[in-house]
Amino acid sequence: MTVSRLYRVAILSVFVWALLFAPASGLWAQEAPVAVPPAASAQEVVPAQPVVAAPAATPAPVPPPKVDTGDTAWVLTSSALVLAMTVPGLAIFYGGMVRRKNALNTILQCFVVACLIGVQWVLWGYSLAFGPDKAHLIGGLEWLGLNGVGGDPNADYAATIPHQAFMVFQLMFAVITPALITGAFAERMKFSAFVVFILLWATLIYDPLAHWVWAVGGWMRNLGALDFAGGTVVHISSGVAGLACALVFGKRLGYGTERMSPHNLPLTVIGAGLLWVGWFGFNAGSAVASNALATSAFVVTNTAAAAAALAWMVAEWVYHGRPTALGAASGAVAGLVAITPASGFVGPVSSIWIGVGAGVLCYIAVVMKNRLGYDDALDAFGIHGVGGTWGALATGLFASKAVNSAGADGLFFGNPAQFGIQAVAVLGSWIFAFVGTYLILKVVDMTMGLRVTDDEERAGLDQSQHNEAAYS
Amino acid sequence: MKVIEMIIKPFKLDEVKDALIEIGVQGMTVTEVKGFGRQKGHKETYRGTEYTIEFVPKVKVEVAVPDGLVPKVVETIARAAKTGTIGDGKIFVRDLQNVVRIRTGETGEQAL
Repeated sequence: MTVSRLYRVAILSVFVWALLFAPASGLWAQEAPVAVPPAASAQEVVPAQPVVAAPAATPAPVPPPKVDTGDTAWVLTSSALVLAMTVPGLAIFYGGMVRRKNALNTILQCFVVACLIGVQWVLWGYSLAFGPDKAHLIGGLEWLGLNGVGGDPNADYAATIPHQAFMVFQLMFAVITPALITGAFAERMKFSAFVVFILLWATLIYDPLAHWVWAVGGWMRNLGALDFAGGTVVHISSGVAGLACALVFGKRLGYGTERMSPHNLPLTVIGAGLLWVGWFGFNAGSAVASNALATSAFVVTNTAAAAAALAWMVAEWVYHGRPTALGAASGAVAGLVAITPASGFVGPVSSIWIGVGAGVLCYIAVVMKNRLGYDDALDAFGIHGVGGTWGALATGLFASKAVNSAGADGLFFGNPAQFGIQAVAVLGSWIFAFVGTYLILKVVDMTMGLRVTDDEERAGLDQSQHNEAAYS
Repeated sequence: MKVIEMIIKPFKLDEVKDALIEIGVQGMTVTEVKGFGRQKGHKETYRGTEYTIEFVPKVKVEVAVPDGLVPKVVETIARAAKTGTIGDGKIFVRDLQNVVRIRTGETGEQAL
């Protein structure tokens, strides 16, 4: 009783702290006259290319970047599509795969991640991830509370859309990434510990990793690693975090002896369909423009998803004797995961190979899990970790400057070095995500406990964590 | 009076019901049940994890009939529910001591 009261006080104090802290950090400064316009301050910190080149030719000031209505419309639309990947897409994809006594808890975890990160990203997440670079490792606190992140474009990230449009697009990526991890610890995590874990993970793992890969000054970006839409940041990080979770949490009660089959596969297949649709926002939206590159990313995304679904289905047809709905749905998601880092750099035929590789490799990973005996309940690692790793490496194989001149050629297009760079980025993400997640889990476990009691687990998390039932 | 309880294949329910009504059975109670006899179960596979499902879905029908009708009812069920393949089910016949029709208070065979 006193312990649970303690949690309540702790949670309340976080909110109070946030409320007190926000005004002090200049959250409301946007409403007052601002001395330095946001665009100018951004350019001061990290001079964009034209600013450096300009003084030599003409001393005239650079005109402020102009907002393009088509680009802005597409990025805002894409942002909504990427949100739909988490709620309701991933929520019901996962929700259908658990037993009926845990359906609501699983769906709610995705829903609540969207709520938690929706606030965290605005208060400090975006600033840590994309704010002015500190030592190539992390963004500064200059953009806390979106201070200075307004309607003018930030030429470093997207020169033709409002900076806030780029911010909200990135927010949806920050939402889905921790939501993906929930598949690993499904059906056995205490809800209070889940809330704390998600906030810590987003702040200590996602935000720095996003900075390394995407932010100006990030070390992986400087290295020349290609990650168009988040193969390392989103899928390797969440998948490997999922593996750490599966190992730390241990198996669900009755794993291997009781039947743990999905309680509602139609829900799962609909969820996979929503993920597929939303992924067009994820990948084609990552062009942050409405142009030929976005179109190319759209085409390869669809092709890879289709090829991977077929590949998974054929693999299980050969190996287990029957093609399955869950297999087709899982295969499509695996293909979407794998094409993510490559989507802005590869052509349509390459995307078929990436898809086929994803379908077969992820199927093998999921079957191997049963042999190895760790309980990654909904295969967060098997699909996102393995698919993301394959996709990041495959980008180093299939990338072509003919598709995107701003990218690089891969191994198959005469540049073996790119494969090495991709491998370094993969290794860096793996180590950081695994070690970081492991430490966070241990700290949360020692302070508040990660797992529900055995009785609560048997009763189901819907009843024990929420006093509700999915199906009355 | 007897209670005749049968476990049959779900898709045979309508055929059995129609056949019983035809020979004068007035009512029945139907329950969806799971179980196994010699048929045993089947396999389900989810992402490579195989489960053997021992308990096969069946339908349980209960009818209460006067003693004179028992042989005919049993013979009718056995004919209507039969497919000839494994898992067709079983018929159980039990003694029935009394029946009360709640609306009228009638008892015994009158209440059937």
